[in-house]
Amino acid sequence: MELIQQLVNGLSLGSIYALIALGYTMVYGIVKLINFAHGDVFMVGAFVGFYSITILELPFLPALLISMIVCAIFGVLIERIAYKPLRNATRIAALITAIGVSLLIEYGMIYIRGAQPEAYPNDVMPTSKIDILGVSISSQSLLIFFVAIVLMIILQFVVHKTKIGKAMRAVSFDADAARLMGINVNNTISATFAIGSALAGAAGVIFGIYYIKIEPLMGIIPGLKAFVAAVLGGIGIIPGAMVGGLLLGVIEALVSAAGFSLWRDGVAFVVLILILIFRPQGLFGKNKREKV
Amino acid sequence: MKKKKLAGIFMSLSLAAGVLAGCSGSDEKASNSSTGKEETIKVGANLELSGGVASYGQSILEGLELALEEINKEGIDGKKIELTTVDNKSEAAESTSAALKLTSQDKVAVIIGAATSGNTIAQVQIAQDSQTPVISPSGTSPDITFKDGKLNDFIFRTSFIDPFQGTVAANFATKEVKAKNAAVYIDSASDYSKGLAKAFIEQFKANGGKIVAEEAYVAKDTDFRATLTRIKSAKPDFVFLPGYYEEAGLIVKQAREAGLDVPFMGGDGWDSPKLVEIAGADALNNTFITNHYSSGDPDEKIQNFVKSFKAKYKDKSPDAFNALGYDTGYFLADAIKRAGSADSVKIKEALEATKDLELVSGTFTLDDKHNPIKSASILEFVNGKQQFKTKIDPE
Repeated sequence: MELIQQLVNGLSLGSIYALIALGYTMVYGIVKLINFAHGDVFMVGAFVGFYSITILELPFLPALLISMIVCAIFGVLIERIAYKPLRNATRIAALITAIGVSLLIEYGMIYIRGAQPEAYPNDVMPTSKIDILGVSISSQSLLIFFVAIVLMIILQFVVHKTKIGKAMRAVSFDADAARLMGINVNNTISATFAIGSALAGAAGVIFGIYYIKIEPLMGIIPGLKAFVAAVLGGIGIIPGAMVGGLLLGVIEALVSAAGFSLWRDGVAFVVLILILIFRPQGLFGKNKREKV
Repeated sequence: MKKKKLAGIFMSLSLAAGVLAGCSGSDEKASNSSTGKEETIKVGANLELSGGVASYGQSILEGLELALEEINKEGIDGKKIELTTVDNKSEAAESTSAALKLTSQDKVAVIIGAATSGNTIAQVQIAQDSQTPVISPSGTSPDITFKDGKLNDFIFRTSFIDPFQGTVAANFATKEVKAKNAAVYIDSASDYSKGLAKAFIEQFKANGGKIVAEEAYVAKDTDFRATLTRIKSAKPDFVFLPGYYEEAGLIVKQAREAGLDVPFMGGDGWDSPKLVEIAGADALNNTFITNHYSSGDPDEKIQNFVKSFKAKYKDKSPDAFNALGYDTGYFLADAIKRAGSADSVKIKEALEATKDLELVSGTFTLDDKHNPIKSASILEFVNGKQQFKTKIDPE
């Protein structure tokens, strides 16, 4: 029974990782950039959600939507201001810029509102407990899982069935060829940032409701874990990010369940090292040969 | 050219002479004040007025200012206490330089502060070297006054120490809650948390109880569900959670969601309004804390303090740090009175001899490690409000 309870704990945590990991993986897939500011977009999403709920007094769904929209715009702004001028620069230059943007957002937030934590109100969502065979599941974890799955299905639909999704896949496959076919590469890249950031914003609101406490540096660790999740699934591959996120959540829950809770963060990064040594292309990745 | 050079040398010489003259002047003044012939006694406050734990320092200063206002109405043998305040920005390095400024520039007789153990330890060396007594209102770590078998003889405190809170909590668990199987969940990055937990475990075992689970987290964690599920499966009837309010709030909330409905207990680290915001009033029912004092205690001395505090600070209800700041003022005034002088060494000797001093946070006598022996209050959270439960005296 305890094992099932731990699996439930792991899946709720994992669905938050998965939502953030999707943004990492989509951006990497299209511009080959690890966007380290992504965890901070997640933080901004949590705060936008918080202020929508407390100041504008909105219920959960509108707050979630506002947060997703604000984050989408914020993501596009970051891309246009910080990354676009470096599109043809070396990859290390873009990577360093990403770290700089991340620090700017974190400490900009502290400058604006201070470093003190904020607590999400407790009554955003009903908190009933469901007891099945000695396993108690809170309605919140179910809802989180449900919202995450719905968002992922919508994403799959956008990527595979819409025009912009087709453009995204084309640009990620070969940007130059896509441009020759008349695809507006810049807009497609912006759209990718918008979708990825919106998902991070949603993850931020969900995180706030589930874990209550939010603060300006909250994005760092979930951001890094989501990066591990993206690499675990195979960076650039969308289903890989989902599975990687859920898997990482479950691994962490099981590590704590075995009594090594202090090792939990360490284990996540050991997973990263192992995957980089033994299967650098990730669980879902195909081994690509360099064309000669 | 040559003339200009000469003029330059002359000017700089005269400037240097002026500086030296200034120095000797201030030296004379200082030696005057330390002989105690002046009408005021200089006291420095080195407190956390900004930064991470600013609320602790600000609360202490409010209490201290109220106490000094009352004391200065009559004065101590006609002398008044003059307070010089320095902000240490909640940082150890700043605390050291604040102590240096207070001892060498302001020539204070006594330093009050800092609020946290770490920032107090940062000024120990300077206090010992300059023979200036330091009184920490709320530093609860035993290491402040006594470390590695050596007493820091110029360092004092107004609060009780960490192990005492753990012992009181264990006795409460056995006698009042009738707990037999306790779980302990500590913050592995905090000496405060470890100190309380160690004392709790020793006393609880001595009372015939069993520790069924010992788990740890790291400050800033947000997900405790996996570990709480593990604790739940060990079936404890009491959980001791000595941590700070940010994590304690999250843990209590997540524990209640996981169906762990047994009593939880913590120390003075839980004492913040944020705790109720984070955990929610419902989840906090059936939880207890040990604290220095409670504004709900019916004791007359406490109610008088609450009344005069509310009169001065716009109806604000005094918290434990306000009370400790207030008590520190009286602890010092009592010693100065008995010393009969503003001399630092005489004040230190008088502080050491403090006995049966009645203060808001309990009647206390100083032991040979400079730790007050005094009572602790136990408070219960009822619908998000702290309620006075009982007061436990040291044995």
